[in-house]
Parts: sequence; structure tokens; C-alpha cells
Amino acid sequence: MDYPTLLQLLDSTVRLATPLLLACLAGLFSERAGIFDIGLEGKMLVAAFLAAATAALTGNVWLGLLAGTLGSLLFAAIHGVASITFRGNQLISGVAINFLAAGLTVVVSQALFGQGGRTPQLGEGSRFASITLPGAVDLQGLSLAEQRELNPLLLLYSDVVSGHTILVYVAFLTVPLTWWLLFRTRFGLRLRAVGENPAAVDTAGISVTRLRYAAVAIAGLLCAIAGAQLSTAEPAAGFIKDMTAGRGFIALAALIFAKWRPWTALWACLLFGFLSALALRSALVESIIGLDVPSQFLDALPYVLTIVILAGFVGRAIPPRAGGEPYVKER
Amino acid sequence: MDRMPRWADILLVPAISLLLAALISALVILAIGENPWQALLIMVDGALGSTSGWGYTLYYATNFIFTGLAVSVAFHARMFNIGGEGQAAIGGLGVALVLLYIPFPHWSLALLAAMLGAMTAGALWAFVPAILQAKRGSHIVITTMLFNFIAAALLNYLLVGPLKPTGTMETATAGFPETTSIPSFRDMFSFGDVILFRGTPANISFFVALLAAFLVWLLIWRTRLGYEIRAFGFSEGAARYAGIGATRMIVLSMVISGALAGLMAINNTMGSDERLIMNAVEGAGFIGIAVALMGRNHPVGVCLAALLFGILYQGGGILGMDTAIPREMIVVIQALVILFTGALDQMVRMPVERLFARRRARAALSPPGPALPGLQTPKPTGAPTAEP
Repeated sequence: MDYPTLLQLLDSTVRLATPLLLACLAGLFSERAGIFDIGLEGKMLVAAFLAAATAALTGNVWLGLLAGTLGSLLFAAIHGVASITFRGNQLISGVAINFLAAGLTVVVSQALFGQGGRTPQLGEGSRFASITLPGAVDLQGLSLAEQRELNPLLLLYSDVVSGHTILVYVAFLTVPLTWWLLFRTRFGLRLRAVGENPAAVDTAGISVTRLRYAAVAIAGLLCAIAGAQLSTAEPAAGFIKDMTAGRGFIALAALIFAKWRPWTALWACLLFGFLSALALRSALVESIIGLDVPSQFLDALPYVLTIVILAGFVGRAIPPRAGGEPYVKER
Repeated sequence: MDRMPRWADILLVPAISLLLAALISALVILAIGENPWQALLIMVDGALGSTSGWGYTLYYATNFIFTGLAVSVAFHARMFNIGGEGQAAIGGLGVALVLLYIPFPHWSLALLAAMLGAMTAGALWAFVPAILQAKRGSHIVITTMLFNFIAAALLNYLLVGPLKPTGTMETATAGFPETTSIPSFRDMFSFGDVILFRGTPANISFFVALLAAFLVWLLIWRTRLGYEIRAFGFSEGAARYAGIGATRMIVLSMVISGALAGLMAINNTMGSDERLIMNAVEGAGFIGIAVALMGRNHPVGVCLAALLFGILYQGGGILGMDTAIPREMIVVIQALVILFTGALDQMVRMPVERLFARRRARAALSPPGPALPGLQTPKPTGAPTAEP
């Protein structure tokens, strides 16, 4: 494998890691506040559909993002009502949300567009375009041979760092933001406390309910950006039925892998993004290690890795203590 | 604990949940410009209006009985097994391996062997998450979910590669031998010229499913192991003091659950497809969750809920063909049922409980029987106050 190929691989890694990262951080907020969220997948799917559908109908991708956000927040609210207000089973609520999203997106898109659960192709202007950062070289017009001539660092910058959509940069900026919010603000301290010992937070006169709703809403917002990235950011051009394809669960896996920490989550998501980028190029893998690795094996690798992590063979992953348990104020 | 009578818990609360789910589904159908009442009639007619409708309905119901029982057995030990999908898929692999590589003289032997293969495969697929939960504390929901994806990748690999016969385009194994074909409803219930259940996939597995439901009832409520599973699910701490080992309970309940989910494969893979195909499970593993929740984890409830979902599934398919309402409407209904009977259970339950508490309070104040004229009703002493 030569240098430009490696860079292409890293470029896809960044693109594929973005929705994972956003969903993973969404799960981080939710689970740090003690609310299990296996409905990340469903929220992403709803946002992906609404973003693409609205962008297709109005021609404005920002309106699409807004619609996606509203949809995702609505689903987050359902999860909140079920698991915070009515103290229902958070896992069951998440399962319901995933199915609701899987069904509704197809039913509604069929009614709107009649294309078997697809939205129409999004053209220029109705999707997020890639941004060329200042100083980057446009690689589209250069052949591989010409690319090899360039300064390696400039090539790295032009290919991997530059040339993504705004949502990708938002996702990567969310990592330090999340770290700051959770570990350097009062809100973050309380949020983490609510996931470890809600009774103590309650005793201090702070509303457990409000904090948990806030966490669930942040999760909804982040899932919305993840969904919009899937359906409306170049090279994507529209919604396809079930397009999240288990990413919500890979994100959860990454969250456990990262032991509920934002910076580690970034590395975990990049690793899983890299694995999916490899799975798209199984011929490349064969040429490197000289073994014919089935692409299905690469598909399954994130899950297998997570199970190994979960089994505690690579350090123990200890979830927030009050995770999954509804808080009852008085017994 | 008993804030409401038993019948209200078993019938009224699920009925209200179901009504709410139906109401919202109707709104969705209205919103996409179709007539919900018309849709309901088409669904019921498509599912129950002919023996061929029934043939499909009962076929789907058979799948859901198996997966519903699987989820409910695990629920009794307070394990949430959402890996039914993967366990059923791997069960299909077990069936395929048994039927492809062992010659059978008669279908009955083949059925027994296939059942064994399906159960073993499904149980193995549930065993790993179970042992990880018991020994290492890995969350069963996450691991069973991950195993669904691994199962899908494994089958994808096997059906594209090693198990695919050379020269075919389809991602499927070779067809099973003729001698392993089990009787369908058409074979069993057609007499002379009257052919019933024409062209439908319902088969003898339906009766295996009913038998499994009965055996699960025996296991949970009539055996020592079942008692231990329920005790463990009720209070892990108390069960431990009573000498019930957590590891044993987690592993046994999950292995039984996985075996039941795997057993589904005799219906779809052996009975209907007669070879192992991709996506043979078609979400039945997940519907098992809705079925178990609606059926209140009781085998009778599971069978009834499975029948209801069988009707929904078959009716929804007809709906997809005859109207502009896509087949995916079933997924919406399924989600709403899970939401209302599972996650929002308290929302439905609380008003009902309050209603019964108020009625009981009123009943306590005025004793039953005709009040005699001229006689003052004695004030009841120590009348129980209404529970909040």
C-alpha cells in the first residue's frame, strides 16, 4: 500500500467515524446521566430521513437539519417520558424507538415520494458540500503520480483534514466541548452525579428529572447531526431505508470500549471507522497481510472487539452506577 | 401489591395498551391519506378470511410463539434477551447442517434431529453472552445485541462462500433432501378433493410450538428449576440467600431461551424454505419481545399475542399489496405495542390502579347489600384508606 492509498483510507475513516462519534457522544451524555439509550439508532434514522426529505422538498439543507433535529428531539422526548417520568424500562423504550423509526421513516417516505422508502436524489445546494480548508490542494484534478510529487504533509492535510462537510468538523469539535461541559462545568458535575448517585443530587436540592431530561435532549440533538451527516452530507445524496445499518449499536459499543470518556470515545470511533473503511476495501487488506480476509469478518470485527472488551480482557469497563435505574424520589 | 383485581392486570391493562397502539397507528394511516377502518378490514380479511390466509397467519404465529417464549423465559430470570434474532438465525444454521450432512430415512427422524440441531445452535449462541454476564458482568442486552450482528455476518459469509453450492446465484444453501420435508397444513388437513391451506407455509411445527408453550408452563410453574428462575428474577439477593446460584440461573435461563429461539428454525428453514436462506428470520426475534410483553410472560398469553401478531403480519403483507400503505406499517404497530405494553406500562397502569383504589374506598364506606329503610348505616370503623 502506498502513501496516497493510505491517505484515502484515512479520509474514509474520518467520514465513516463521524456519525459514530456523534452518536457515541449522544450516548455518553445520556448514560452518564443514568439513562441507557439503545434508541440512538432510531433517533439517527428519523433525523436522517427528515433531513433528507425536508432538503428534497425545500431545497434547503439547513431546514433539513432543523427538521431532523426536531424529529430526533421528539423521539428523545418519548424516551424521556417513558424512562424518566413513567419510570419504564429504558431498554424496552429504546427498542420501541428503534422500531418506530424503522417503520415510520419508510411509511412516510413511501407516502411522500413513492420510491420504496427512498427520498429523491439531493443535488447541489440541497446537501452539505465538502469544504476545502485554506491552503489545501484540490486533489480532484491530480493523478496519483502527481499526488506523490507533493509534500507528504500537505497531501495529508489536503486529503484527510480538508475536504469534509461542516458536520464532520462539528463532530470533531464536539469532543473537546463534551469534555469541557462534563468535567469543567457545574452542569457537567451534576450530570455525572445523577448517573452515579441520583439520591445525593436530589438531597442537594437539584432536580434529578430536569437534569436527566437535559441529558436525553442533548443526546437527541447529537443524534440529529449524526443522522443528517448520513443522508445529506456529500457524498451521500438522500435517505435510503434502514440506512443507519446498526451504527447506533456500533456507537454504543464504542462508548463501552471508551469506558464512557469523550476523548477515548474519539479514538474508539476512529478505530471502528477505520475498520469499516477497511471492510469497503477487502482487496487492499488481502494485499497487505497476504491473506484473504472475508469482508464479513471485517464487518463483524467491531462487535467482536467490543465483546472482548466487555468480557474485561482488556481492562474492565464499569458503567455509571445508576445507569438504567429509574429514580424514585420517595420509597 | 394487589391494587387492582387480577383480571384487570391480565386483561384490562394490555387491552388499553393495545387500544392506544391501535389508535396511534390509525392516526398514522390517516396522516398518509388512507382509511384506517378500511385498512383494518383488509387486514382481518387477508389474515383470517380464508384458509390460505390462516395458513400464513399460523405460520407467522408459530415463529412468534417460539421467539416470544424465548424472551419470556429469560424475562422470568430478569434477563432481557434481545438476541432472539441472532439465536434463531444460528438455529437455522443448526437445522441446515443437520439436514444437509446426515441422511434421514423418514421426516419424523429428521424433524427430531433438526430440533436438536436448532436448539443446540441457538443455545450455544445464547450461552456466550450468558456466561459473560454471569462471570464478567458484561451487560446481557449489549452482548446479545452484538451477537445478532455477528450472527448476521457469519451467515452472510457462509451463504456467500462455503455453504453455497457452486453454480448458483442465490445466497442460500442447497435444498434439503426430499425425505426431510415435514408435513404442511395442506398435507395434514386436506381430505379427498377438498384442498385446504393451499400454497401456505404453515406446517407441523405449529404443534411443536404449542407443545413448547406447554413445556415452558410446566418448567416455570411446576418444577424446582422454574421456581428458582422466578425467585432469582424476583430478587437476586433473596435467591442467593436461599442457595440459588446466580451463575447457574443466568446461564440456564439464557440457554433455554436461546434454545427456544433457535427452535424457530424448524418452522421457517425446515418447514417453509427447505434450505437456509439469508434473512430467514425476518425480524421474528424482535417481535418476540413485543409478544412476551403483551403476553405478560405467560405461555398462554404468549400464544395469544403470537396469534395477534401473526394476524398483523399476514394482514400487513396483504395491506402492502392491496393498498398504498406499505408493509412497514407492521413495524410501526409492533413498535407502538412494545412502547405501550413495555416502556409506558406505568402510564396505562397508574390511572387504572387509581380507579380501582377509589372504587374500593367507596365500597368500604358503604357495605354491600340493600340498605334497610329507617336503619342508619353503621359507620364502618377502621375503614381502609384509599392507597395513593
